[in-house]
Order: sequence, then structure tokens, then C-alpha cells
Amino acid sequence: MSLSTKDKALVKTFWDKASKKADDVGSEALSRMLVTYPATKTYFANWDDLRPGSAPVRKHGKVIMKGLATAVSKIDDLENGLSKLAEMHATKLRVDPANFKILSHCILVVLSMMFWNDFTPETHVAMDKFLSRVSQAMSEKYR
Amino acid sequence: MVAWTDAERNAITAVFAKLNPDVVGPNALARCLIVYPWTQRYFSKFGNLYNAEAILGNPMVAAHGKVVLGGLEMALKNMDDIKKTFAPLSELHSEKLHVDPDNFRLLADCITIVVASQMGSAFTAEVQAAWQKFLAVVVSGLCRQYH
Repeated sequence: MSLSTKDKALVKTFWDKASKKADDVGSEALSRMLVTYPATKTYFANWDDLRPGSAPVRKHGKVIMKGLATAVSKIDDLENGLSKLAEMHATKLRVDPANFKILSHCILVVLSMMFWNDFTPETHVAMDKFLSRVSQAMSEKYR
Repeated sequence: MVAWTDAERNAITAVFAKLNPDVVGPNALARCLIVYPWTQRYFSKFGNLYNAEAILGNPMVAAHGKVVLGGLEMALKNMDDIKKTFAPLSELHSEKLHVDPDNFRLLADCITIVVASQMGSAFTAEVQAAWQKFLAVVVSGLCRQYH
């Protein structure tokens, strides 16, 4: 599944709005992932506080959103644009790629909570496809 | 047998109390058909599903969305034996309707997204966890009779 011109336009327009609350989106999405999918906590065993909205969660939420912002800016070439991040997740962090789908779902839930008026069905498709493509690009270096 | 904590039961009951089934069901099904268009394969008798606008305005989609929510309400009333309660529905979806069970997960995700939009900040991480556990049990019940 690849992104059409329309998909890319919808993603960029929606991102313009959503990125204004990037810190909240990142923190909420990550918080939800850790609570709803407890197995994901295994990747953050070195944090002293894994509760929703905790300091490490907020800090890492920002990191994730920065990554997404990079993805939006490189939407025409995600594989190259996310190459360094993909390498890091594959070789250093060794996050099972199935978790990208889980985090993507949590991001969509938070976006729908915070930006429902803008999260129209067409935007929803575009964002779901975009996050799917981002996950795919992030999985590129695993084997 | 699924074990529910009191907190989980309360959270799930609270979600049902807040959601408008006439809004959530139709919207969630419409979104599923729009966001995952291959799911339309099961609704060829529903008439015009040509684009998002058509799907959102289609009365058969809306009616069926309400049927789906009715199923969830039945699960709520039988939370301690969803497996048994859903056996006939599972058989129906497998033997008669021939629905690929992965579609249940896709629809469940759309239901969660619409519920989240209705509840806003009341849909906390803990509520989401309980709600998704509930939907996972329902999906599992629906998958059970497939062979």
C-alpha cells in the first residue's frame, strides 16, 4: 500500500494542526501503549516510572513525535528519510517490529480524542496508511 | 474463563453508559468500510459504498452498525461467559457469512477510535486498556467456532 498524492496532502494538513499539541499527543500515545499492551513495557525496564504521563514517558513521547515529524517531512521517501532510525531500532534497540503497529494504533486513538473534528474518515485513512508506511520503513533494516 | 477486576468492570460499564449506540455503531462500521476498504467485500448487498460520503450516508450501513453495537451490549450483559454467549454468532460469521476473523480486529480498532472521540479525556489509558481487553474477548468469542 503506497501513499497517493491525496493521502500525502491530507497527512500534511492534519499534521499542521496536530503537531501544535505534539508533546501531549506523544505522551498520551506512549502512556496508553504501556498500559493497554503491558508487554511493551519490557523495552523500558530501565525507566524508574512507567505510569501514564510520568516524566520519562513525557520525555520519550517528545522523541517519538520528533521522529514522526521527520517522517512527515520525508513523506516522499520514507525509506531513506527514516533510514537512521530504522537502523537504530533494528540493531541497537531491537524492538520487535510488531510493536510499531501497536504504537500506531495508540497514536490514532489519541488523535481521534484530541482532533475529532479534523480526523475525518478521509484523514483517518490517510493517517492509518501513513503510519503503516512509517512502520514499514522502520522495519527495513531488521534482516 | 476471563478474569475481570472490579476496576475493569466499572470502566467498561462506564464506557457503555457514556456512548450513544446510535452514533458509535454506525460511525465505527462506516469508518471500517472507509479505512479498510477490503472489508466492503462482505456488504455487496448494501448498495452504494462508492466513496466515504456514500458510506457515511448509507442507511444499511447505519442499521448494521447498530446491530454490531447490540452484539457488544449482549457481551456486556454476559461478561462472565462471552465465549458461550457468542458461540452462535461465531458459527454464523464462520459458516454462513465467511468473514475472515482478522476483520473483527479491524472493526474493533475502529470502534475504539470512535469511542475515544466520544469520551475525550474520560477515555484514560486505564479505561482504554479495559475496553480493548473487553473487545479482545468478544473477538476471541467470535473466532472460536472457526475450523
